[in-house]
Amino acid sequence: MTLSRSARWLLRGAMALGLAFIYLPLTIVLLNSFNADRTFAWPPPRWTTGWWARAWENAGAREALWTSVQAGLGATAIALLLGTLVAFAVQRYRFFGRQAVSLLVVLPIALPGIVTGIALDTAFRSVLAPLGIGKGLFSVIVGHATFCVVVVYNNVLARLRRSGGNLQEASADLGADGWQTFRYVTFPVLRSALLAGGLLAFGLSFDEIIVTTFTAGPGVQTLPIWIFSNLFRPNQAPVINVVAAVLIVASVVPIYLAQRLSDTASGGRL
Amino acid sequence: MASSTLDRPAGGGSAVRGPVRRLSAWLHRHAGVRLAALLAAPLFWLVVAYLGALAVLFVSALWTVNGFTGEVVREPTLDNFRTIVTDEVYRTVALRSVGVAAAVTVIDTLIALPMAFYMAKVARPRHRRWLVVAILTPLWASYLVKAYAWRVLLANGGPVDWLFGGPGSGPGYGLGATVLVLAYLWLPYMILPIYAGLERLPDSLLEASADLGARAGRTFRKVVLPVVVPSVIAGSVFTFSLSLGDYITVQIVGGKTQLIGNLVYVNIGAANNLPFAAALATIPVLIMIGYLVAVRRSGALEEL
Repeated sequence: MTLSRSARWLLRGAMALGLAFIYLPLTIVLLNSFNADRTFAWPPPRWTTGWWARAWENAGAREALWTSVQAGLGATAIALLLGTLVAFAVQRYRFFGRQAVSLLVVLPIALPGIVTGIALDTAFRSVLAPLGIGKGLFSVIVGHATFCVVVVYNNVLARLRRSGGNLQEASADLGADGWQTFRYVTFPVLRSALLAGGLLAFGLSFDEIIVTTFTAGPGVQTLPIWIFSNLFRPNQAPVINVVAAVLIVASVVPIYLAQRLSDTASGGRL
Repeated sequence: MASSTLDRPAGGGSAVRGPVRRLSAWLHRHAGVRLAALLAAPLFWLVVAYLGALAVLFVSALWTVNGFTGEVVREPTLDNFRTIVTDEVYRTVALRSVGVAAAVTVIDTLIALPMAFYMAKVARPRHRRWLVVAILTPLWASYLVKAYAWRVLLANGGPVDWLFGGPGSGPGYGLGATVLVLAYLWLPYMILPIYAGLERLPDSLLEASADLGARAGRTFRKVVLPVVVPSVIAGSVFTFSLSLGDYITVQIVGGKTQLIGNLVYVNIGAANNLPFAAALATIPVLIMIGYLVAVRRSGALEEL
């Protein structure tokens, strides 16, 4: 489109303002982790690295981080398995209720998190509790896996659509059995889609707080839950700030990996 | 077919390969069995763990809690829904929640449109990839961290107050802050679908429109808008749904503001009235289902 000079400059300005809107709050958190003032008065009177040392020694934060990693890995493993299975079924077969199945996969993430959370909580209370199974890390993993399936499903489905079934047929024609075809043909085609989907699933799980609130057993604290429960305590604020700064810096890692793995422009996060 | 007629294994002893090969040949002939094997575990999980849970939730919305003992009375009644509909408080909160979700969606659309248009049509192609990365990166920064960042920004004596000229002179926490922070949180979910939609729109269409004498405004209305509307709807499913269920952000920056999510949370925790919480939780579900049904005709859901 032939845009006038001023229209181009307006759009460029809007883009710059938008990016500033997105990044300024994050920058402030990074700067504040060096702010020597306890109440984060602005502009900072002095700078310090003391909070970083204190955060490093914080046992609660480290324990919560480890719980989050465990929950993320568990949920990712289940999501990889279930998501891949559904993607194969939906892509390779035509069956009654196929649309319903793909809707069912999307539903846990389409409904508000609090609904998924209390639905699972109600189910745990009224179905599992009478059997003597209480909530714990296990129930967190179940909750997370339920909404993580969709991201693996989307990635694998997109890859299957693009690759088609010709390679598999060629493999079968050349005498490979089902396992060999999967091992030498299908899996290598899917590998990067699985990695991207797994990364996304882990990221979703690692960041989740609402479903976690409702599915975590007593004493199970993931990192978001730990942050949230310490957010309103003034004397914990500097430590929270450092943890927040670390998480902001760490968010560059998955985006770098996703850019290398995923072939969609969005990095597959949508 | 081929695998059943060829009896020459590619490698390894045929004694080991035999059963595997026979099984794989048998499976090859029975598509229904293969399909069942693929779907059994995921459907078990999603139908039993998830749909089952949703069903239990909606059934329990019909139960009540005995006011004296605190025990759940498992007799179906519409009392909870009657309270929600007749009580002024719940109506106000429900309307406020929908209002917040709608405001967030509108704000995000207004911010996202020029940004996505710049990314897709004005920026140089080699810059595009980096702009997409710049929009995506904050999605990986924790939700809580971003809400927390705004708590720090809007704090009494914080950076925003400093901008406005001293402690207490900024907007502070409240309903406005909640809308602002939710709009901030979900902005990438609106930018990315619009960008994807615009990227698919060939530049030649825009040039043709200009060649035929249309000014920028008319080209936007007649060529760009029809492409953008389904993308905006796809994005709005995210911004609307995510805002509607939120109760964390409003606790962090909302001051005393209450949304549906808070009421659900309070009824599960402090009030220990799970049936009533379940009844409240059906409100966002019904609104979302209504919304999805309404937008389904636009074809936007294919873009999710």
